[in-house]
Amino acid sequence: MGEPVIQTDKLTRRFGDFVAVDALTFAVGRGEIFGFLGANGAGKTTAIRMLTGLLTPSTGSASVAGFDLYTESEKVKRNIGYMSQRFSLYDDLTVKENIRFFAGIYGLSDTAIKEKSAKLLKKLDLQHAANARLRSLPLGWKQKLAFSVAILHEPKIVFLDEPTGGVDPVTRRRFWDMIYEASERGITVFVTTHYMDEAEYCDRISIMVDGRVAALDTPEALKRQYRAESMNEVFLHLARAKPEAG
Amino acid sequence: MRTILFILQKEFLQIFRNRGMLPIIFVLPFIQLVILSYAATFDVSQVPFHLQDRDRSVTSRRFAEKFTASGYFNLTGTSSSDLQSQSELVRRNADLVLVIPVGFERDLVTTGHAQVQLMINAEDGFSAGVVQTYASEIVTAFNRGELKRLIPGGEVTAAGEISMVPSSWYNPELKYTHYMVPGIIVILVTLIGLFLSGMNVVREREIGTIDQINVTPIKRYQFITGKLLPLWIIGIGELSVGLVIARLLFHVPMLGSYALVYLVAGIYLLVVLGMGLLISTVTETQQQAMFIAWFFMVIFTLLSGLFTSIESMPEWAQRMTMLNPVRHFVDIMRRVMLKGSGIAEIASPLLILTAFAALMLALAVNRYRKVSE
Repeated sequence: MGEPVIQTDKLTRRFGDFVAVDALTFAVGRGEIFGFLGANGAGKTTAIRMLTGLLTPSTGSASVAGFDLYTESEKVKRNIGYMSQRFSLYDDLTVKENIRFFAGIYGLSDTAIKEKSAKLLKKLDLQHAANARLRSLPLGWKQKLAFSVAILHEPKIVFLDEPTGGVDPVTRRRFWDMIYEASERGITVFVTTHYMDEAEYCDRISIMVDGRVAALDTPEALKRQYRAESMNEVFLHLARAKPEAG
Repeated sequence: MRTILFILQKEFLQIFRNRGMLPIIFVLPFIQLVILSYAATFDVSQVPFHLQDRDRSVTSRRFAEKFTASGYFNLTGTSSSDLQSQSELVRRNADLVLVIPVGFERDLVTTGHAQVQLMINAEDGFSAGVVQTYASEIVTAFNRGELKRLIPGGEVTAAGEISMVPSSWYNPELKYTHYMVPGIIVILVTLIGLFLSGMNVVREREIGTIDQINVTPIKRYQFITGKLLPLWIIGIGELSVGLVIARLLFHVPMLGSYALVYLVAGIYLLVVLGMGLLISTVTETQQQAMFIAWFFMVIFTLLSGLFTSIESMPEWAQRMTMLNPVRHFVDIMRRVMLKGSGIAEIASPLLILTAFAALMLALAVNRYRKVSE
């Protein structure tokens, strides 16, 4: 792990009496593909919403992309990209208009927008659909486009919250090719998923159980540690046997 | 500034692509304006009128003719019994029954006095009052003219009689539409502004795109300006079409200046849009937003002085109307259009609206947070 681009210290979020994220402490290095795993309701989305500045933490501290989450939130925002599990581009705008809008509010110049749009459409093989409303595209294409739009402004980190929900394994595999490519360009990828095959693609993974990090290491090390054949076994082992306090 | 332009462009694209909303924004308001302006009238005409002439004399016929020839009343039947007259009232075949008793002519000629009975359907107290006024006008006219001719030398008009000559200022023809149209335009502008802004941000929350906006370094004022400016422009557009219809279809005069109307409208729209945005930030779904917007819309309309006069409300209600932006804009529109009031004359309602605009925008901007607590 190189220098950390995400560093959290006892980051906690409570909703009333319920502790959704409990003293989360971890670091993610530059260019890493960091898998954030956990059962439904384990606190993944809450954690990612705090790290992207969408939700105020209750206690604890964190720095993202080298900036303090509390005091430099606008600088954080300039340096991150985000793609949520709810598909978050505009359905009633065309592919081109979506690209233009998000590039525009990140402050890209007109020439940059034009260049990047053309390049992106070509890369995604979407030239034929450039002027089609997004709603007419298959989910797999929409997800690829949403990911591409999320990294259009060359952020240091991109947060992906269950980016591949609801698509077939081939489409998911292609999506992961794009993730690898972004990672090679130096973009740190923070991804939540509950597909265990995707967990294997990550450099390191953390498994959250009931708001806490139950395990954090490379997939190989975790499998060795729990004497498991696959990540699936590791996950089941951890999610079933609730971690002891601490 | 560029950021705002990008939002502006996106908002306009979305508004003009929304097939369901387009007619609601651009067609319905004007249909409403035309229908409401014609329909919402307190003018009373063609009142169904029933005649019970028991005298059957030349004079009684003459007297009854004054009613039928007045244009206000429409003879729907005659009878000679109270029972039948009353059943006409009950069946709503008549709203006015005129009973001329036996001996009408004789009494008039011999004593100079005679009595007739008017039975008015007063379910709707306001219309009944108007009917009564029309009827007494007819009776008075009959007294003045016919009676003199009928009884030569009859001292009907005393020498010192005070006669009243009414003259209606600012709406000399007492055209109801002149009074209603400016107010209804205000209601339409309010309706569109409040609903569009009320549903806008909450819609993005519902579909999830708001998160995508909130993770960007966009500034709050940029977001809000980009969201509200298109709606402001649409509101001004609605007002313009409304004014054109007022002029061309209803011939409502414009004695004041259009510039002043637009100045006031520009400020007024900020109040309405700020309020809509505030609703949008405190609700989770479009349905909730719609319900709250409706609630305010109904109260604002009823307490605006559009359909009922504010002067006839109880004291506390009158004071409450001061908090109602619709009331002030309706007031200003009528004053500027019908009386030609200038900025000095409307300064106080205008100041109130300006204060509301500042307050609403401040509240809305403050409530809109990129980060959830």
